[in-house]
Amino acid sequence: DGGDDNEEGSAVENEENAKGTDKGKKRAIPRTRRAHARGRDRHGDEDDEDDEGGMRRAGPRRHRSRRRGRAAGNEASDSDMEPSKARKNQANKESKEDDEEDEDEKGDKSGKGKNEKKGDKKSDKKGKKEKAKKKKDKKKSGSDSESEEEPITEEELAKLKEEVEEKKKLIATLRNKPWKMKKKLSVLKEAQLFVDKFEGALGKGKGKQFYAYKVMMTKKWMKFQRDFENFKTACIPWEMKIKEIESHFGSSVASYFIFLRWMYGINMILFGLTCGLVMVPEYLMGKPYGSLPRKTVPRAEEATAMNFATLWDFSGFAQYSVLFYGYYNNQRTIGWLKFRMPLSYFLVGVGSIGYSFMIVTRTMAKNANDDGGGDDTSFNFSWKMFTSWDYLIGNPETADNKFASITTSFKEAIVEEQESRKEENIHLTRFLRVLANFLALCTLAGSGYLIFFVVRRSQQFALEGLENYGWWERNEVNTVMSLLGMFCPTLFDVISSLENYHPRIALRWQLGRIFALFLGNLYTFIIALMDEINLKARYFLPLTMFDRLLGNIEALQSLEEEKIVKYNMTIWEASLYNGTIPENSTAPPIQVDPADVPRGPCWETMVGQEFVRLTVSDMMTTYITILIGDFLRAVFVRFFNYCWCWDLEYGFPSYSEFDISGNVLGLIFNQGMIWMGSFYAPCLPAINVFRLHTSMYLQCWAVMCCNVPQERVFKASRSNNFYMAMLLFILFLSTLPAVYTIVSIPPSFDCGPFSGKTRMYEVISETLEHDFPSWFGKVFGYASNPGLILPFILLMVLSLYYLNATSKSYKEANLELKKKLQSVRIEN
Amino acid sequence: MGNKQTIFTQEQLDAYQDCTFFTRKEILRLFHRYRDLAPQLVPLDYSDKPAVTLPYELIGSMPELKDNPFRQQIAEVFSEHGDGNMTLDDFLDMFSVLSEMAPRDLKAYYAFKIYDFNNDDYICKSDLEKTVNKLTRNELTPEEVSLVCEKVIYEADVDNDGKLSLADFQHMIVRAPDFL
Repeated sequence: DGGDDNEEGSAVENEENAKGTDKGKKRAIPRTRRAHARGRDRHGDEDDEDDEGGMRRAGPRRHRSRRRGRAAGNEASDSDMEPSKARKNQANKESKEDDEEDEDEKGDKSGKGKNEKKGDKKSDKKGKKEKAKKKKDKKKSGSDSESEEEPITEEELAKLKEEVEEKKKLIATLRNKPWKMKKKLSVLKEAQLFVDKFEGALGKGKGKQFYAYKVMMTKKWMKFQRDFENFKTACIPWEMKIKEIESHFGSSVASYFIFLRWMYGINMILFGLTCGLVMVPEYLMGKPYGSLPRKTVPRAEEATAMNFATLWDFSGFAQYSVLFYGYYNNQRTIGWLKFRMPLSYFLVGVGSIGYSFMIVTRTMAKNANDDGGGDDTSFNFSWKMFTSWDYLIGNPETADNKFASITTSFKEAIVEEQESRKEENIHLTRFLRVLANFLALCTLAGSGYLIFFVVRRSQQFALEGLENYGWWERNEVNTVMSLLGMFCPTLFDVISSLENYHPRIALRWQLGRIFALFLGNLYTFIIALMDEINLKARYFLPLTMFDRLLGNIEALQSLEEEKIVKYNMTIWEASLYNGTIPENSTAPPIQVDPADVPRGPCWETMVGQEFVRLTVSDMMTTYITILIGDFLRAVFVRFFNYCWCWDLEYGFPSYSEFDISGNVLGLIFNQGMIWMGSFYAPCLPAINVFRLHTSMYLQCWAVMCCNVPQERVFKASRSNNFYMAMLLFILFLSTLPAVYTIVSIPPSFDCGPFSGKTRMYEVISETLEHDFPSWFGKVFGYASNPGLILPFILLMVLSLYYLNATSKSYKEANLELKKKLQSVRIEN
Repeated sequence: MGNKQTIFTQEQLDAYQDCTFFTRKEILRLFHRYRDLAPQLVPLDYSDKPAVTLPYELIGSMPELKDNPFRQQIAEVFSEHGDGNMTLDDFLDMFSVLSEMAPRDLKAYYAFKIYDFNNDDYICKSDLEKTVNKLTRNELTPEEVSLVCEKVIYEADVDNDGKLSLADFQHMIVRAPDFL
């Protein structure tokens, strides 16, 4: 018995250890032993009375109890109630009887019984909560202990229910317990048996049917949940690929692919929105191709409309299709469903931006939660020691690199710890850093000017007619932008070697500079594009180029241009009627082939086309870079190594490493372009989905085939929120142009779902007028009153400020506590 | 998905799913990995719970563990008798704790056991020295090693007994952003 005692005691102790709470430990040990000891006597008493139930103490049964000794520590208290209950409920399952037998045999010491054990068990399982419940139970079980012959009272029922709940909770958290598998399995089995046995029994009395039904539904629900979880895990795409990459290259490279997969998910949803709510309805229910002037290829372009070159350029048939803004008609409803096309177009545009904001912010918040403390340097060495090994590495080469990088990092930390500041180096370092920043600024300025210059030249070419020039001149802008994006980051890398920063800080500077580069490029491009919108106007109005940036002048000009075109059109119509311009014509309109009608300018389609072309060329550049930069290089190094003077594999070219930061930034900027352009070209998300899909496969293959693991294998954990922050910033910047055009620039009069309106957002007021009851419109009118909106904005700003202040105060309180801990430690 | 497999009974699979963080498919995949280490020793039918133990050498030769400097300790911590020889249950247990779905405090508990080389429930200076040497493959000089160990004890030892208890370790590791 002593042995059993120890087993049980140690079992409970182990539990307490597992929880890691000293409090639990201190409480459990003395009480356990005493309680168990006393409890056994209680069993002994009960047994004498139970003998007629046919339960014999049997020697052999002891073995079973020993083997289950560990688990029995938990079960002991459960079986307390069983002798009495078993007879009353007449639920005689064999195993449970065995349990009782086992517990009964444990010994003959005196005890107080149920209360203590129950309280004990509660403290074992839940530790801190339910002291009050314990007291209540004590009182209840006190009364119970004398009344074994009475029917189940409400209190006992409630107690039983509680126990069943506890068991269920135990089953649910079983995988979190640090026990050996064997122990877990046996605990699980016993808990399940207990729950099974008593769940049915609990239903006795009123509402038994309903209770049993509830139990069955819960079980079914849990099974369904588990199957659904299994199914969900099986659905995650590319999981095996990413795991393989992770084991070869460490978690930082894998984090790029996880990011890519996440982006793919977002793009799928955007694609679903634009395709399902904009393109498909128009295709199915809108007027077919060729029925309206805006939906037909103009006569002049018809000859080349089906050429591959034209299609690749997204003009010709591609331009006059659902893929672009210009195709859509401005009818308020289309088809038999009365689908409100313009409203849908507008809402999808706004909704996709809103959705993107929401999901990026949500992911950031989740990451911030996971990060926890963040900027702690108080455990520098400890963390280096215990967390620097990447347990996911499964490849000897990577492991070698990891060992080397750990050694280096330790040495660095040691040197930092030992070294005192050397005065002479500070000035040199500062000078070098200033020089490096200056060089970086020069590069940025140079690249911006180059883009501006190239776009101007392309406008020059456009003025003189694009047919006179070859491929280079036509695609100059795109190629130059892509090339700049390829070579400047390498330049930044070289510059940063001057700076001599800690690698993490160096990475941040690098990312920041590349970010500025891409941003500058993108915005220079847009500014130049704005100019090109006005270029159309310059065909008709001789105004200078240089004061064209944004503003009313543009709107005025396109209005001017439109007036002119409208005038031209009326004249043309009149010519159809042979000279007379009828005021209120009642004559039947002459049938004109839509292809022959003169068309107004459609700047939205043009903008959409530019974005699509940019995306496609970006995609091509990336693929070609991978193929040439990585694959050909690897082939060259591998096969020419034999006949080359120096060792190619270690020397100059060698195999390339996977450039995480470059790729991530590329992905982020690509997404920025999609966000900017998807309002004008609903096909953009579809193109992007295709691009990401192929990119995933191509890059996975390229990484495994041509790249080697990096020199400094660094962890991915902290950088994730950095990427998210940049994504959020880009999202914000990308939505600015779209929002600006929605609010300020009038839509083209001859194309698109908003033609004929003075502003795009008027579609909302139109819908409110026609489709909603009148009081709704009034309410909306009141709500959109600036007098209401401004206080609302003020309220939001104030609450932001308040939340910020509270979070700061929490951080400070945290710091204070840490300091206290330190001082207590020092005192000791 | 039907019960087309004959390796485990449905109950066993359900029990494993309750006791680990794995889904049904993953458990089966793990079983096949276990079996691939020694196909002649591991039977295909586990419904009668055969007591099959694979020796440490086989476990340590798995590609996932081969390069890990702590593989011996890991196997010992999770094995039944502390000698590194693992049954299927131990195997599943080990990977469940090491998987990404396990919570931090559970991992911290086992990490403490792994880094405690002499199994005295404390991480003392000699344990730390062994850890550092395993991590750097003996490339640091002894002075450097001892400096590192002293710093670690200084940083993490809260109750000031010159070694790290489980509470110290947990307090320190739960904050670490890199503890995955």
